[in-house]
Amino acid sequence: MYCSEEYKDIEEKILKGERLSREDGLRLFACNDIAWLGNMADMVRKRKCGDYVYYNVNCHVNLTNICTSRCKFCAFGRDAEDKGAYAMSVQQALDVVADAMHDPHLAGLHVVSGLHPDWSFDDYLERLQALHDTYPSLYLKGFTGVEITHFADISGLSIRQVLEKLQQAGLQAIAGGGAEILTDRVRNELCPNKASADQWLEVARVAHSMGIKTNASMLYGHIETMEERVEHLLKLRDLQDKTGGFQTFICFPFLPKNTELGKTVKQTTMWDDLKTMAISRLMLDNFTNIKAYWVMLTVPVAQIALGFGANDIDGTIHKETILHDAGATSPTALSEDNIIKIVRDAGRIPVACDCNFNIIGEIK
Amino acid sequence: MRLSEKQATEMLLHGDPVAMGREADAICRKRFGDTVTFIVDRNINYTNVCVNECNFCAFFRRKDHKDAYLLTYDEILQKVQETVDAGGTQLMIQGGLYPDLGLEYYEKMLTTIKSKYDITIHSFTATEIQHFARQAGISILDCLKRLQAAGLDSLPGGGAEILVDDVRKRVSPKKIMTDDWLHVMECAHSIGMESTATMVIGLGETMAQRVEHMEKIRRLQDKTGGFRAFITWSFQPNNTKLGGEKTSGWDYMRTLALSRLYMDNVAHIQGSWVTQGERIGQLTLGFGADDLGSIMLEENVVRAAGTAYDMSINKMVDLISGAGKKPAQRDTEYNIIKRF
Repeated sequence: MYCSEEYKDIEEKILKGERLSREDGLRLFACNDIAWLGNMADMVRKRKCGDYVYYNVNCHVNLTNICTSRCKFCAFGRDAEDKGAYAMSVQQALDVVADAMHDPHLAGLHVVSGLHPDWSFDDYLERLQALHDTYPSLYLKGFTGVEITHFADISGLSIRQVLEKLQQAGLQAIAGGGAEILTDRVRNELCPNKASADQWLEVARVAHSMGIKTNASMLYGHIETMEERVEHLLKLRDLQDKTGGFQTFICFPFLPKNTELGKTVKQTTMWDDLKTMAISRLMLDNFTNIKAYWVMLTVPVAQIALGFGANDIDGTIHKETILHDAGATSPTALSEDNIIKIVRDAGRIPVACDCNFNIIGEIK
Repeated sequence: MRLSEKQATEMLLHGDPVAMGREADAICRKRFGDTVTFIVDRNINYTNVCVNECNFCAFFRRKDHKDAYLLTYDEILQKVQETVDAGGTQLMIQGGLYPDLGLEYYEKMLTTIKSKYDITIHSFTATEIQHFARQAGISILDCLKRLQAAGLDSLPGGGAEILVDDVRKRVSPKKIMTDDWLHVMECAHSIGMESTATMVIGLGETMAQRVEHMEKIRRLQDKTGGFRAFITWSFQPNNTKLGGEKTSGWDYMRTLALSRLYMDNVAHIQGSWVTQGERIGQLTLGFGADDLGSIMLEENVVRAAGTAYDMSINKMVDLISGAGKKPAQRDTEYNIIKRF
């Protein structure tokens, strides 16, 4: 093993399966031995979840890009009168899925949307219900902690009541977005008009208590400090200790193009992306799955991330729009064959799954 | 302990690129610390006319094709002037195999440049050298001596592709074969003309054939010591007759790391941002590469004067600094001439 003496104590902890501290996390972000970090994360991945790499054959449905939140890191949200603003009718939402149904393996939907100023909670529910009624065989994952907090605000219902209604309408798992960086300093600066750190975590906590699984994410590479990245990871780890309800963790590098922040912030380097991936795997010792989201990372980087702790490569998507508005250079969809090839070429076993990581069909 | 061909093949087939990267990185740091180099140079492709017509090439034209060209000396000198103005220290003059230019044409090109400019001429691939010698009816060694006298400083390592004739016959049947390529390099090294060596992966070769390629270069290097660097490129399938899929990032990183581990007698391992993109290019710096090659002054970039040029040096410096390394501009012989 090679790592400088400086990190020997951390390496020993990892080898023994001991938990890393806040201090360790900070030191890892300062560490520049990228292959060592990758190697450690890969070892933990192997120990924890073997050689399977999970993917979804899915379709993203973004019901509207009209949004009251208008976060500084977002190139997707618009005001109602802006060019390119849209809000799907029930039929339009169904049409998106009808198109995606040309893929006979389509297994589920990922539904996330803007906080539309004029839509009631019932408007969102109606669309969800229609998707579920029309396509009962598709699993439904969707709505982030931010949307769910918004639904509670506009409907006067509690988080639990909102979740119950979503569940009744067919929702099976909650998406991981909207976590950004879970500190008030960052949120006040970048996204003051939406769920606070505590509110986002509260949605996850309530969902888990009801047996609904959720995902978690981190949007990094904007104004956050390394301390705040570690703080973010620890908040997720603490809640996961209590509930065990997080399924996968997604690292989102910030894509600056077309965003307000893009004028001052440069895109993260591959170096930072892979380090952050590895450190997330090492710090989140109670998460089973870590996702390499190819849309943001690009396909070649996502493949390499499989060697840096990731065991989940997201899905076929059908047509990604949120991040392509922010200048993502990846394709807007991948074929299942393509995903299978990427995973196999990395010496791993591709496994199709639903939104709760249940394996679909036979392992190929 | 030197890696055997068998071990290396096994690593390419089943090795973990991250684990291999760690070993490669350790070797690289020991030799070069945190310094990562690059060069400011310019490619001058004096002609796109080529009698070889390789299946993997999207550049060549037949002599009678409407897009066929051959640069005049004045055009070449203009490009050299622009390179010098932009702070470039090296010229990479390469072209297709033009059917009927005498060796004097190339000698005069070299002497004309050298009489006006103090710039390193790192030019002509082994394929071109053999073509020049044949056209002139002289030996490779004599041909190289004449070019050296005219001002040729060193040879780039292109045209090696995969040094296994079975592969070459399939992808570039008219191009020089393995022994010819190695012979040109050996002759060049024997007169103190150093070179680099390249490998192109993703041509449908087997892992054993990649290792065979590296072994042939390692063996010649043991004899001559004339290879300064080893560079792995990946085949770019677009617009070529050979077609097919681009090799994956995973495959590239594993091969790059192996090249550092296997080529224990070649000092520099270059990561290819040109064929892999800037992001994978940056990652090579953690997997055994100590150099990112050229910033490749493109014609339009140079013509757009100062700003665009600064941008590309800045970009390279950012790319290297972003990996926590110390960027340095080098010359052709790998001497550091500027730090940032």
